[in-house]
Amino acid sequence: MNWKAMISGTVEWIDYRLPIFTFMNHELTEYPTPRNLSYWWNFGSLAGIALVIMIATGIMLAMQYTPHVDHAFDSVERIMRDVNSGWLLRYLHSNGGSFFFIVVYIHILRGLYYGSYKKPREILWILGVVILILMMATAFMGYVLPWGQMSFWAATVITNLFSAVPIIGEAIVTWLWGGFSVDNPTLNRFFALHYLLPFVLVGVIFVHLWALHRFGSNNPLGIDAKGPQDKIPFHPYYTIKDSFGLAVFLVVYLGFVFFAPNYMGHPDNYIPANPLSTPPHIVPEWYFLPYYAILRAIDFNFLWIVPAKLGGVILMFGSIMILFLLPWLDRSPVRSARFRPIYKWFFWLFFLDCLILGWIGANSPDGNFHGIPFLLIGQLATLYYFGHFLVVIPAISLLERPKPLPTSISQPVLQGGGATAGAGAKPMEKA
Amino acid sequence: MKTLAKSAARSATKYALGALCGLMLGTASAQAAEGVKLPEQDWSFDGVLGLFDRAQLQRGLQVYREVCAGCHGLRYIAFRNLADLQYNEDQIKAIASEAIIVDGPDDEGEMFEREGRLPDYFPSPFANDKAAAASNNGAVPPDLSLMAKARFGGADYIHALLTGYEEAPADFEVLEGLSYNAYFPGHQIAMAQPLDDDAVEYADGTEASLDQMARDVAAFLTWTAEPKLEARKTAGIWVILFFLFVTGVTYASKKKIWADLHKDDGSKE
Ligand code: HEC
Ligand code: HEM
Repeated sequence: MNWKAMISGTVEWIDYRLPIFTFMNHELTEYPTPRNLSYWWNFGSLAGIALVIMIATGIMLAMQYTPHVDHAFDSVERIMRDVNSGWLLRYLHSNGGSFFFIVVYIHILRGLYYGSYKKPREILWILGVVILILMMATAFMGYVLPWGQMSFWAATVITNLFSAVPIIGEAIVTWLWGGFSVDNPTLNRFFALHYLLPFVLVGVIFVHLWALHRFGSNNPLGIDAKGPQDKIPFHPYYTIKDSFGLAVFLVVYLGFVFFAPNYMGHPDNYIPANPLSTPPHIVPEWYFLPYYAILRAIDFNFLWIVPAKLGGVILMFGSIMILFLLPWLDRSPVRSARFRPIYKWFFWLFFLDCLILGWIGANSPDGNFHGIPFLLIGQLATLYYFGHFLVVIPAISLLERPKPLPTSISQPVLQGGGATAGAGAKPMEKA
Repeated sequence: MKTLAKSAARSATKYALGALCGLMLGTASAQAAEGVKLPEQDWSFDGVLGLFDRAQLQRGLQVYREVCAGCHGLRYIAFRNLADLQYNEDQIKAIASEAIIVDGPDDEGEMFEREGRLPDYFPSPFANDKAAAASNNGAVPPDLSLMAKARFGGADYIHALLTGYEEAPADFEVLEGLSYNAYFPGHQIAMAQPLDDDAVEYADGTEASLDQMARDVAAFLTWTAEPKLEARKTAGIWVILFFLFVTGVTYASKKKIWADLHKDDGSKE
């Protein structure tokens, strides 16, 4: 029997009725991609793979995990000790959460630097921010599941934030808890949602990619492709480049999993949750530290009407929400910071500001740095965070004189080699 | 133009990686800052290749059983797990049989006591936290199974704690029933100094100095906290080598596949 013919016959039969193979070929193989993407463009596909790793390891953990306050901690220890390769699954999952955030943060910073949020990619950007919010909710609830001291107290602190809402705050908190404190009903629903949200993420990511494929990737020059000579087919060029990136990622990620699996965790989470004993320092996972710093920066009432706690909560959520507005705050038509001499510096300043916020978030606000109170540093860094979006970005986008843009993607790259445009067009014909 | 863009991208990469490292070091130092500086010890399980020292784990078990077990449980360790310490089955059965396990109910509905067996877990010394607190000045001696992962510093901390009992400074007032300890947060601990020279007589003839026993029991508790450490590291070496190889292969393929593009225009990727 001729297997090859049979398979291709079946594929054609299906494709005629449901053009899924045409679709995949179109979107994953031929998909025309700018020829000049740098390695910063690897982080999107890495984020997708990180999600797949999280879902695969998560489902296997869920088969052994018990979402009950009396058994959750023990069931995780059983996974670590008695389940075949359970320690590996659990370390892949707990470190995977951290690496997912590292990858996504780099992916977002890439977007900020190269202006990927600008027309016509506003919806793509907004969907990205939705993904970030869903990820944060998922990771927060996942961290509660092992039911250690930090799990319990982080859950208590974060859910309590909603009590800052005027009038109905307390009622919201009771509703979230399913009782009068973080307890078994809370753990149960967090588990249910922690299992659910990653699949919602998959859906949103699908739409994110749909929006991406409408106009294709932005690129380090931030200019639109002028013709086929500016693009190359996704396969094999970017499939191999992404594979290389994936291999590097795995070396680093697995390096942590196998040789420093608890480096990014907090020791207190190896103490079973105890509602009667509050840890001296309650700190969230490292990827939430900047928001935590913003939350704690507000120790004063705003204009006598917004109490300090509510102010902190509003700013903390606002620090993400403001990303939704970015496409309209930045008026500059030029995307890439390469051609934006002023914006470029403020981008790095903003990045530094985020690191400072993270550092402040890790420390108790009562401390000080060479005599400067951490609280004050946190307040200034918070002010700058919002100032960056609300003042700096709109202002420079109006004042800045961008450098001249290259006329096409292949023009700057062609100058050196002196080849003709015809030669440059070859790759796209290869597909 | 081309080289400029290239160097810009390069320096951006450098900054970002530097900042990321900075962030991680930052959290690490913030963590260390939470207590007194711990003296760093050399451990056989340090580093990428470091594994446990079986003789040391056996000595540590002896210290635990003869001293710590009076107050501290080890609830995640079953006697069968002691096979990891290279005891043979008869030895483990002998160790287990010395433990008294409450079992039941029997056919009359009564709980009864029996000798420990391989699948049993180390029994806790107190019936419940209230009983534990009542016999220890109101403080509950925590279970030690995960202690080495539940404190900053791990084994270093346990060793420091056990050797850190000293005279309180003149201006420091120690409350009734508590002891001064240089490394315990707040310096007042409800555990009286549990170890002193020759608190045990080692089966293997090693001299039982305070430092030696503290070291051995800290190593033992590192094993109880992370019994899969050796499996993890030995597998890790191969996994990392494999993916380094994959990195090399994909890099070479990438170079080759992109070569025709670069030939066209001499561009960077
Ligand atoms: C007489 C009972 C007793 C004995 C014996 C004993 N401990 Fe303790 N241990 C305690 C009590 C009580 C605490 C709680 C101290 C506190 O919270 O102030 C404690 C706490 C600890 C802690 C936790 C300190 C911290 O950071 O919270 C460690 C580690 C520890 N013991 C190790 C040991 C080891 C190892 C041994 C055996 C060499 C041992 N203990 C023997 C009673 C004892
Ligand atoms: C967006 C993807 C996901 C993220 C960011 C995430 C994050 C986390 C985090 C941070 C923890 C705590 C780890 C620890 O400290 O022990 C955790 C635990 C857990 N997660 Fe997830 N997770 C994701 C997807 C999933 C999925 C899809 C499932 C199940 C289908 C799952 C099941 C579990 C289980 C059972 C635990 C408890 C076991 C443990 O703590 O190791 N996760 N998750």
